[in-house]
Amino acid sequence: MTQLMNENGIRCDGRKVDQLRNVSIKVGILKNADGSAYIEFGQNKILAGVFGPRDVHPKHMANQDRGILRCRYHMSPFSVTERKNPAPSRREIEISKVIKEALQPAVLLKDFPRTVIDVFIEVLQADGGSRCAALDAASIALADAGIPMRDLVSACAAGKVADQIVLDVNNEEDQEGQADMPIAIMPNLGKVTLMQLDGILTPAEYKTCLQTAIGGCKQIYEIQRKALMEKYFGNGGQ
Amino acid sequence: MEVKRRYVIPGDVIITGPFRPEQNVYQDGDKIVSTSVGISEIYENTVRVIPLCGIYMPKTNDLVIGKVIGHSSLSWEFDINSCFVGFLPAQDVFGRDYSPTKDELKERLDVGDLVAARVANFDRSRDPLLTVQDRDLGKIESGELIEIAPSKVPRLIGKRGSMIQTIEMATKAMITIGQNGWVVVSSDDPVGLLKAIEAVKMVDAQAHLPNLTERVKSMLGVELGENNDTINE
Repeated sequence: MTQLMNENGIRCDGRKVDQLRNVSIKVGILKNADGSAYIEFGQNKILAGVFGPRDVHPKHMANQDRGILRCRYHMSPFSVTERKNPAPSRREIEISKVIKEALQPAVLLKDFPRTVIDVFIEVLQADGGSRCAALDAASIALADAGIPMRDLVSACAAGKVADQIVLDVNNEEDQEGQADMPIAIMPNLGKVTLMQLDGILTPAEYKTCLQTAIGGCKQIYEIQRKALMEKYFGNGGQ
Repeated sequence: MEVKRRYVIPGDVIITGPFRPEQNVYQDGDKIVSTSVGISEIYENTVRVIPLCGIYMPKTNDLVIGKVIGHSSLSWEFDINSCFVGFLPAQDVFGRDYSPTKDELKERLDVGDLVAARVANFDRSRDPLLTVQDRDLGKIESGELIEIAPSKVPRLIGKRGSMIQTIEMATKAMITIGQNGWVVVSSDDPVGLLKAIEAVKMVDAQAHLPNLTERVKSMLGVELGENNDTINE
């Protein structure tokens, strides 16, 4: 077993307990999608593309009084060390579902009856916390597609590693740590849209963990904001 | 009264207080929040956001350019560069005495034809209904189709049509602008046609920059000076 944290409180990848990995976001990099984003979240490399609103096929899925949101999270065969079968796995189906449900409260679907908004997420390289990174990219891609949203969605995980609450759990910490809690929020509205918890925490630890994750989400929001501003307004956008 | 402008992204609070929310904003308590990436405008007591991206949403009375994608025995279906399909009833073209057994829709409009039409009716419950019963509407016989972003159409038209007039006068081309972002340019003079196309594409690419009319004028080789609109965003 690798040592996850040394005596000085420095984690296995050299970060402090409350430090994010390096995050960079690029907006609008796919020509054929209506909106797109690319995120590098530590070693995660993820592409998100959005189409729509457009006609629903198959037609029976259409909703007469509001639009629907569909989401596909997919890991490329080369995204992990051993080849991953490209067919959707149980885990990918679950993540597609939770990402869809995390984005839904933010998107104003009632403006587009009988249509669909499709979100495609392709993980090119995975390194723990990919659902949060995917969600961050998807929310930016939706904004880039010009789809009306109440707020952006920012996501970040926190967890328990070597009996300490840490921000932004990486792959090793996820595999061998004690708990992992991905959180997504709408930062301006102050509402949580995704909360999962894998592991065991005491009530006190749970509270700290949640606060730590929300703090991380707010840092991510600033990066998302900067990326969008840069794409649309150049460097003059604040 | 002065118009206050600011760059916003979804979720940004534009202003707090008793204001009337217009396009691309929503009200959350007494806060007015943006729903799109764009430029917010506060004018007197109304707040709106001019979006910089997004698809075309049909509005009643909009002039649009549509492409025939099919027909039933009673109506044509049009691609109007939106998430909704436009419908043009056969009676609109053939008149009140239209009979599905007697008249053949394909003789008037076939798949692939371009039509300038007006949105007669549109609401959440049904697809947009088009009409060609007006001056300058109907089948477009010749011209070059250019697709621009629907959000940049107002810039191509300019203040009281100044931009489009400038291009038309300088190139002697006829330009029909659909609110859906489809533009048809036609001219007998091939040089003028190419220049007009270039000018329309230039407006699409540089819509966010100030002094656009002047740039277009210098590209077209028109003297600078009177009638320049400068929206400094």
